[in-house]
Amino acid sequence: MKPNLLKLACVFGLAASTALNALPAAAKEEFKVGIVTFLSGPAAGPFGVPGHQGAELVIEAINAGELPAPYNTPGFAGARLAPIFVDEAGGNTKQVAEYRNLVQKQGVDAVIGYISSGSCLSVAPVAEELKTLTIIPVCGSPRLFEEGGKEYVFRTTGHAVGDGVAAALYVRDKFGDAPAYTGINQNYAWGQDSYKFFDLAMETINPDTKASDNPQFPKLFAGQFGTEISTLSLDKAPLVHSSFWDGDMEAFVLQANVRGFFRQKTFISTLGASAVDRLGKGFPEGVVMGTRGEYGLLVRDMDTPLNRWFVDHYKEKYGEYPLGPSYQYAQSILALKIAMDKAAEAVGGFPGQAQVIDALTGLEWDSFGGRISMTLGGGHQAVHPVGYGITGWNKDSGEPVATDVVFYPANCIMPPEGQSGIEWLEAGMPGASC
Amino acid sequence: MQLLFTILLDGLVYASYLFIVAAGLTIIFGVMKILNVAHGGFYAWGAYTAAYFIGSASEMGFPDWFGFLIIAGSALAVGIVLGLLIERIVLRRLYDHEEILIVLATFGVFLILEDLILLIFGVNPYFAYQPMVALGSVEMGGIFRDVYSLTLFGVALLVAAGSWWMLTRTRWGKLITAVIHDREMALIVGINVRRLFVVTFCAGAVLGALGGAYIAPTVSVAPGFAVDVIVLSFAVVVIGGMGSIPGALIGALLVGLLRALAVHKLPELELFVIFLVMSAVLIVRPEGLFAPAKARKI
Repeated sequence: MKPNLLKLACVFGLAASTALNALPAAAKEEFKVGIVTFLSGPAAGPFGVPGHQGAELVIEAINAGELPAPYNTPGFAGARLAPIFVDEAGGNTKQVAEYRNLVQKQGVDAVIGYISSGSCLSVAPVAEELKTLTIIPVCGSPRLFEEGGKEYVFRTTGHAVGDGVAAALYVRDKFGDAPAYTGINQNYAWGQDSYKFFDLAMETINPDTKASDNPQFPKLFAGQFGTEISTLSLDKAPLVHSSFWDGDMEAFVLQANVRGFFRQKTFISTLGASAVDRLGKGFPEGVVMGTRGEYGLLVRDMDTPLNRWFVDHYKEKYGEYPLGPSYQYAQSILALKIAMDKAAEAVGGFPGQAQVIDALTGLEWDSFGGRISMTLGGGHQAVHPVGYGITGWNKDSGEPVATDVVFYPANCIMPPEGQSGIEWLEAGMPGASC
Repeated sequence: MQLLFTILLDGLVYASYLFIVAAGLTIIFGVMKILNVAHGGFYAWGAYTAAYFIGSASEMGFPDWFGFLIIAGSALAVGIVLGLLIERIVLRRLYDHEEILIVLATFGVFLILEDLILLIFGVNPYFAYQPMVALGSVEMGGIFRDVYSLTLFGVALLVAAGSWWMLTRTRWGKLITAVIHDREMALIVGINVRRLFVVTFCAGAVLGALGGAYIAPTVSVAPGFAVDVIVLSFAVVVIGGMGSIPGALIGALLVGLLRALAVHKLPELELFVIFLVMSAVLIVRPEGLFAPAKARKI
């Protein structure tokens, strides 16, 4: 009799917990979200502030129900989002402490943020430990989901493998006869990984284009690149890959441009598009520029209702065009709204965290720049096309433009589920349908 | 041969940059025995002031060469104003305290100067590339070089020659040398050491600000960009011997040339080369290559 009772209790318990899980949580008027981005330091100008502005614009619009259809219902499952903005500057240890503070002291319901790979890799295990929904909008290290599955962490943008493979494909399509390539990347995990991905992708996609034996890895925030520019100038390779993304990108462009570097070399920048707008006419023409997806400069003229709304409202509010990070932060906020609305509809009331996570896993949605699919990392990692274009200057409008823009589909540039970026690239990108 | 010439030129340009930023630090240490961490703040303020006014002057249609006047003006204004304020408000109260306390105070001043920049200039970067673009480029050894960074060499020579002339050929210089040699004896013979301290601190601050103002046209002037400068200039000063101008010159040359060699031939070493030189010098000669001789007190 006793075992049967135990069985009964177990079945009852399981049924009760399933039922509870499916029940709506108590309705909320306010949904508190910690939003982390660089508000100081060298990454604030080109990445952090545009990210902050993108988030702020979309939060205000969603709270007021002013986004274009089909996202024009007010709020997040009806609740108003109350953001708490936190500065990402200060290093990984500080970010972990700030994350704990947000969750344990300030009681946020979710966290959206992290630009630096260092920050997102440090915070992700803590998010799992504290069981808090965390959406990462920018951070580009593929290791985030390669080092074990995540239950609470999502990334709504692609990663550095896609940047590297798409760059190699663009080289094949536009500079197929180039004999060699080299690179200049910052001497830390991001810079080294980025060059490695590009290098491996080039081996498969452009086997006749040889790698230089002297790629440059200057110190992060070095500021002075005179010697590196000399070395690259002496190198016979006409293509130069770079994943510079912050003040270093701007300093390099200023110093190299005056030396005529960009007239002699084809510079392939995976993430330096912020500098194009900042330097305006001072930015050289003919640079191959990426934005890690359908964001910023590459989609500025894309005429969809969502993109038009985003570009126009952003420009009206901040007096400048949205950059890649503006799109990426706005996209994360939008993903949260869609998942919360979807979960609310499923449970018939305000959803709990588990229901929002279920709704976000494997979600597909039309974002401001294009369609995003959460297909990798067990439905937690987004994929989307990644493209490149060539920088130019529109004399009539007095604005920078990108020409010859080509986007490559996600199933051609991202590793399949269950395989790390390096393994996939070293194996010659099996299964890539380009 | 082409490679050797390029390495030599790259090394000299980088050494000039290092010397300009390190000179102010070593002068202040030599006379006042203060390791001035706020040096990075002078550098940043020099850069921001120059970048702001060069940008404004360019918008108002001033010719590009006007930028050079702005650079000199910014260095003088920032150095004298900040130097006087910090010496009067902070350092003057601490001269009788332990050196470590003064270092901490200058660190506090550095943090305040950095936060003031955020408050006044915001987080967006400033650009002031007009003077660099105005000077254009020239072909040397088969590659193009920007004339602006070659002028760094001239500025470094000017700073070195100016400091040498000032210290050895003027009355002020002789007074300073007396203070460096023996502060107590200088006091006893009636030298106004306090006034010398003010002058020295302002001169060091002007040099720090000049480093930032002169570098501004070549970089994106953004928050936090001066932190690295403290480490770099400290390393150069330690190599050369703290307080020695010729030492800073030799230290900058050593690091500049070895770094250029590393970037061209062994890029993996670039990050480490400055500390490699520093460690080697500290092992062989812990006081640095050219530390001024100290009179032993009995």
